[in-house]
Amino acid sequence: MPENKRTALFEVHKRMGARLIPFGGWEMPVEYSGIAKEHTAVRTAAGVFDVSHMGEFEVTGPGALDLIQRVTSNDASKLVDGQAQYSAMPYPEGTVVDDLLVYRFNAQRFLLVVNAGNIAKDFDWIASNNKFDARVNNMSDQTSLLAVQGPKASGILQKLTPIQLDNIGYYHFGQGKVVGADAIVSRTGYTGEDGFEIYFPAEHSEQIWNALLEAGTGEGLLPAGLGARNTLRLEAKLLLYGNDMDQTTSLLEAGLGWVVKFDKGDFVGREALLKQKQEGVRRKLVGFEMLGRDIAREHYPAYVNGQEVGQVASGSPSITLKKNIGLVYLPTGHTAVGSAFQVSVRGRMSDAQVVTTPFYKRR
Amino acid sequence: MNPDDLLYTKEHEWLRVSDNLGTVGITDFATKELGEVVFVELPKVGDKFKAGDAFGNVESVKAVSELFLPVSGEVIDVNEDLGNAPELLNDDPYGKAWLIQIRLKDPSETTELMSAEEYDEYTKNEE
Repeated sequence: MPENKRTALFEVHKRMGARLIPFGGWEMPVEYSGIAKEHTAVRTAAGVFDVSHMGEFEVTGPGALDLIQRVTSNDASKLVDGQAQYSAMPYPEGTVVDDLLVYRFNAQRFLLVVNAGNIAKDFDWIASNNKFDARVNNMSDQTSLLAVQGPKASGILQKLTPIQLDNIGYYHFGQGKVVGADAIVSRTGYTGEDGFEIYFPAEHSEQIWNALLEAGTGEGLLPAGLGARNTLRLEAKLLLYGNDMDQTTSLLEAGLGWVVKFDKGDFVGREALLKQKQEGVRRKLVGFEMLGRDIAREHYPAYVNGQEVGQVASGSPSITLKKNIGLVYLPTGHTAVGSAFQVSVRGRMSDAQVVTTPFYKRR
Repeated sequence: MNPDDLLYTKEHEWLRVSDNLGTVGITDFATKELGEVVFVELPKVGDKFKAGDAFGNVESVKAVSELFLPVSGEVIDVNEDLGNAPELLNDDPYGKAWLIQIRLKDPSETTELMSAEEYDEYTKNEE
């Protein structure tokens, strides 16, 4: 096994007493003061996450949009300058290479943001589909990414930048200085709260991290780790690659049909996905609640009428809702809200029920 | 920090022995590694286990960890308070958050366990 990679803030996290764990080939902070405390800070005030392990590819040139349209399922031609889009890269079978964000700077310059564990695979995949002479530049190692999330995120970040954050709508971004460094400030996130993701050259990491902590401390901002990031994203039903979808699940099964635009022209996976849409999928990813006190964890088997029908994809206590929640693939026909099923929790059959998602929605 | 009168395992359980009765818990180090404990699953009175057997589970937000019995014995009492207040394990792992009491089958097994001093040394190397 190769050594785990470290972000520019690794030493800072260690000094702050973070617990570090391997994640997607990276050694990342899982928690600082405690997952529940950090989770609650993001829901009620703010949290700052180092997510510099994420991958960034710059796609440029006259063929940039054509390449992106070819490899992604959402319609990037609908983007205007300064807008971002959630999208996915399908395999020809309709299963998932990765999910990603597509940022448009101008008609010939885009940025793709991909999952850390998929950087090499995605880069190769995009390159192998690049019949458009677009330039694809992997900026991941030079780029840091901090996410400031929560109802107070905007006020905290505004102290550190002349960019007018009020003018940046959801899934839009601005460019300018953040404490003196050139940055992209995007109103996006993975928590279900308002907030921003800040991309900048890695050498400014410590300066921006420290400035955010200083600007936010009086407002209740906490540094937050991957533990809280996971509980927050699950409550908001934001999918996690590797848990909730991967190369074995189709975009339609995963409930990502809303980022599959059949009328945009041809793209990798279109034919298979269209056939699936017409014939219907055999299973679907749905949200559930445990009825008792058992916590369902990923890979625990799910049962309908005594038959094993699938596995829990993601499962965790919900800090906000004080329930045990999760996502599971169930056979179509057993996926309606209210449907009962069981999860085998270390050999014990535990009752669960399909519920509406997202589990949590901010007011 | 780790009480002198207890014995310790490599899996971070502690054992307090008086005559042939033992009280079992998990260490401060273990609760810090786990993070906030949200669920504790314990055996029933009368259950019998061998040294090293898994006798329950403790769950944090992030993960499930098995509990291993330091020595062989029969469960004679279970800490019911942890059902409603699993967070006691983070607050008071050596006191209110004891897990179970056992009747030791073979008290000589305790010689396999670590002293507080040895456990301190052991956890320093784990960090």
